[in-house]
Amino acid sequence: MPFQSTVGDYQTVATLETFGFLPPMTQDEIYDQIAYIIAQGWSPLIEHVHPTGSMQTYWSYWKLPFFGEKDLNVVVNELEACHRAYPDHHVRLVGYDAYTQSQGTCFVVFEGR
Amino acid sequence: MSKKYDAGVKEYRDTYWTPDYVPLDTDLLACFKCTGQEGVPREEVAAAVAAESSTGTWSTVWSELLTDLEFYKGRCYRIEDVPGDKESFYAFIAYPLDLFEEGSITNVLTSLVGNVFGFKALRHLRLEDIRFPMAFIKTCGGPPNGIQVERDRLNKYGRPLLGCTIKPKLGLSGKNYGRVVYECLRGGLDLTKDDENINSQPFQRWRERFEFVAEAVKLAQQETGEIKGHYLNCTATTPEEMYERAEFAKELDMPIIMHDYITGGFTANTGLANWCRKNGMLLHIHRAMHAVIDRHPKHGIHFRVLAKCLRLSGGDQLHTGTVVGKLEGDRQTTLGYIDNLRESFVPEDRTRGNFFDQDWGSMPGVFAVASGGIHVWHMPALLAIFGDDSCLQFGGGTHGHPWGSAAGAAANRVALEACVKARNAGREIEKESRDILMEAAKHSPELAIALETWKEIKFEFDTVDKLDVQQ
Repeated sequence: MPFQSTVGDYQTVATLETFGFLPPMTQDEIYDQIAYIIAQGWSPLIEHVHPTGSMQTYWSYWKLPFFGEKDLNVVVNELEACHRAYPDHHVRLVGYDAYTQSQGTCFVVFEGR
Repeated sequence: MSKKYDAGVKEYRDTYWTPDYVPLDTDLLACFKCTGQEGVPREEVAAAVAAESSTGTWSTVWSELLTDLEFYKGRCYRIEDVPGDKESFYAFIAYPLDLFEEGSITNVLTSLVGNVFGFKALRHLRLEDIRFPMAFIKTCGGPPNGIQVERDRLNKYGRPLLGCTIKPKLGLSGKNYGRVVYECLRGGLDLTKDDENINSQPFQRWRERFEFVAEAVKLAQQETGEIKGHYLNCTATTPEEMYERAEFAKELDMPIIMHDYITGGFTANTGLANWCRKNGMLLHIHRAMHAVIDRHPKHGIHFRVLAKCLRLSGGDQLHTGTVVGKLEGDRQTTLGYIDNLRESFVPEDRTRGNFFDQDWGSMPGVFAVASGGIHVWHMPALLAIFGDDSCLQFGGGTHGHPWGSAAGAAANRVALEACVKARNAGREIEKESRDILMEAAKHSPELAIALETWKEIKFEFDTVDKLDVQQ
């Protein structure tokens, strides 16, 4: 087989860090990740930004971090509320870890246009 | 009470074997695996090690009486059997804090692993572990930034960092080298790395490399919208040249540089770490020459000691082996020393090879770097072993992809994220590794091809240096 026909052309994609290379998650898959955040003892935190600002360190908080929140449905509802309020913004979910003062996890749930 | 000078040769154990001694919190403790010459009693061998690595010499000398040697001497306070080994034993030695210069790893090693290793009464000697007292740790700079700062700078959360070494390791021009960096980073890697033996050779002088790499990093960052970096190797002929390279990396606005801490030496490393702390630069540490020192089970220095020394001397990432790849290292031992790189307290645990409780206090953590003969099929095991605070580096496993480095990078990124997602969702990623990877490959032709390419490659040789536990 000629070389050219076995080699694909890899096109660069713009991504949004963790999970940026996976297909968008289903509702159930998002639930699993929220459950993980809660099980680790991290605080759920929602942030959003217009796509032009996606490389900024600071995205806008949605309300405040949900310190001590254990209810998965509360987090889901807040994610959706944030998305409704800013439909053209990226919305990301953070698992904030106060012990390390770092983010245990962070990924974009809704991509803005 | 004053003592009389009595010239001659005394047995070491009269002075340096003190089984009743209770170590102080400020003592530096060491565990040596000793193999003496036949017929020499254990106590005498152990006391000789304590003496020769602290205040003693082979003969009594008059000038000892000018000071209070009881205050300064190292003491062997415990001897233990090595499980399953009749000819060797462990000697535990306590050194008073004042034997060492503040913040100097160079000084600690010069004492502990200096002359004593050539001592004739010993057949073999291995430094297994050191318990650094908090009083000493507080005099060391440690990692210039640490795990938390590095994550914040690079904006990488909830997963290991993904990297690779540029290959071929030698022989590329600066422009060609920058091309390979660009391909890897645009394909989804976070970081690329200079090979350790890339310094400033005739085919590619360092300035040439730094400039092309900087362009590649910035371009990839622009196109992908993610933060990228390349470890620019600043290991050089002299400290002056090392700093010149570091300064230039900073001028180019690069986030991370690199140093080879054993061949370069601890003094150079501590100096460069201090420079990094002052200049907001991350520091990646390579460990060439370590296997010469740490691989023999009865002689040399265990890597857990070298890893602890690096954390104190300073570095934000350190190579630790892969457990599953082409290089030596068993799982429990590796877990034992990566704990000592990352945690703030590590308890004694002989099943992991840790001989002492080690309190690190407020010293920042170091990312564990797994690199060497690993590919996508290893991803679930690597994530399970190393966890999130690690940097997984696939060299051949990136550039060897049939479509090239960008596709290879993408394959690794997809595999990594699929494994993280599955782990978070509660799946047993090592057991279900095949399913997880095959599912992910449905959405990624790059991963599907990578899985096909490396399906048969394994490195299943037995470890040469095993933990001393009864089988």
